[in-house]
Amino acid sequence: MPLETATPVPAAAAGEHDDLAAVRAARRRHRATVWGLRVLVLIVVFGSWELLSTYYIDPFYYSKPSLIAQRLGEWFTDGTSKGSIWVNLSATLQEAIYGFALGSVLGVVLGILFGRARLLAEVLSPFIQALNAVPRIVLAALFIIWFGLGMESKIATALVLVFFPVFFNAFQGAREVDRTFVDNARILGASRFQVLTSIVVPSATSWILASLHTAFGFALIGAIVGEYAGADKGIGLLISTAQGTFDAAGIYAGMILSTALALLAEVILGALERRLLRWRPPSQSAGAIGI
Amino acid sequence: MTPLVQLRQATKRFPNGRGGLHTAIRDVDLDIGAGEFVAVVGPTGCGKSTTLSLISGLQPPSAGTVTVGGDQVQGIPGGVGYMFQSDAMLPWRSVLANVAAGPVWRGLGKDEARRRARDWIARVGLDGFENYYMHQLSGGMRKRVALAQTLVNEPSILLMDEPFSALDVQTRALMQQELLRLWAGSGAAVVFVTHDLEEAIVLADRVVVMTASPARVKATFDVRLTRPREVEDLRTTTGFIEIYREIWSSLSAEVDIARKGQTRAA
Repeated sequence: MPLETATPVPAAAAGEHDDLAAVRAARRRHRATVWGLRVLVLIVVFGSWELLSTYYIDPFYYSKPSLIAQRLGEWFTDGTSKGSIWVNLSATLQEAIYGFALGSVLGVVLGILFGRARLLAEVLSPFIQALNAVPRIVLAALFIIWFGLGMESKIATALVLVFFPVFFNAFQGAREVDRTFVDNARILGASRFQVLTSIVVPSATSWILASLHTAFGFALIGAIVGEYAGADKGIGLLISTAQGTFDAAGIYAGMILSTALALLAEVILGALERRLLRWRPPSQSAGAIGI
Repeated sequence: MTPLVQLRQATKRFPNGRGGLHTAIRDVDLDIGAGEFVAVVGPTGCGKSTTLSLISGLQPPSAGTVTVGGDQVQGIPGGVGYMFQSDAMLPWRSVLANVAAGPVWRGLGKDEARRRARDWIARVGLDGFENYYMHQLSGGMRKRVALAQTLVNEPSILLMDEPFSALDVQTRALMQQELLRLWAGSGAAVVFVTHDLEEAIVLADRVVVMTASPARVKATFDVRLTRPREVEDLRTTTGFIEIYREIWSSLSAEVDIARKGQTRAA
């Protein structure tokens, strides 16, 4: 490498280089420690559960990790009593995704509209508060009467659960737009519509994204509760069947599957958020990732 | 001939949040000619900024008239640029996208808007920073972006609301010099609001002193210092010190009144 021989590394720079390597090594060690301890927590929790249910408590009621693993293994190799596990998983996932997509689009559009239209918001706000206070889970029962046992009723349940948190965040985000941004844009020549698309929507984005994290969790809850109330496939159905047959391990296995789906969605949404909010100062986004 | 900007008996009242009305400015008469650099000074919080918002059309006057180019102001008049006290650039857009925003919103093609934006970014001395975001720039650099963003629209009236008040002393002097350099030959009229009398004299052809709240025009002083000016050297010249004394004798009385009002409020 001719360049390096032409400009030899000064002693001070070499010292700096060593320090940097030391900092990196320390950071790696720290990360290894954290992960090691996390695995230890898992081993302790599941290990003591396994021991307790083997020697002291009744695994018929409380099940135990080895039984749950066995049940999951059966589901994936032999299939469930309600058909292939993949059919059930994909049914729940589809319901959650459709409900999530429809609920968040509706929430974002109406939230921004209400946030910008003062009179509309003032007139309708007590009604929205009242609707929000309805225990929406019970709607699952109503939706089954309306839409039947198929996917539509579960999508509807997921939708109503997703809509409200997204709506309220989009509403707040659209309200809290910096006045100076709007004034500046108007002076620079932006029309009302351009102010909406270029200022209001991007301003509200960080609010909206924050709500989408919890919203996908709600969509899964909506789909599973809907299935629980009545369905021909899905994780909710597996759980309710397991309950009907006193199969505690089956209930836990269903829980683990839905948790895995929620975590997967969380990872995808986190990546989306980092992509959309990369303009933010690093300290802020680092904090967001940390949580 | 009517001046470029004309305020006649302009009054602005706001609801004060306690069920009453607060008069920000009262019966303001002000003429600004094309290409003229006018500084408006007055005690802090006296209502200087309100004058700018009336000229920009962001706020309608409660009484009196405001005309720009001979026409009564209704909505935002063409040819107006406004530099705000706080940063108004969009933090989620790069420097280039922020500067190109004005031309794009005014209907120019994206390529042409970007070409003009690049040109102005270079002119304010930010060559190479086109793809930076706002949080990656220093206070002074952000002011340069704000200048480019406003000037790219080639305004004939440039309204500036204490734009450099948040900067440290050295950066402020540097930005004042930059403003004079960019303004020279642009032919734009400038209305520069500040509470810093030094800044007003260094920059302007004419200094308008406003009274303590509610603000009226108290007196107007011509600044007969030659251009081009070197802002840092100018401050120590006898010509500068003379005009400073003259204007300060008028302004200090208002500052005292404003201070007494503040202590009473506190």
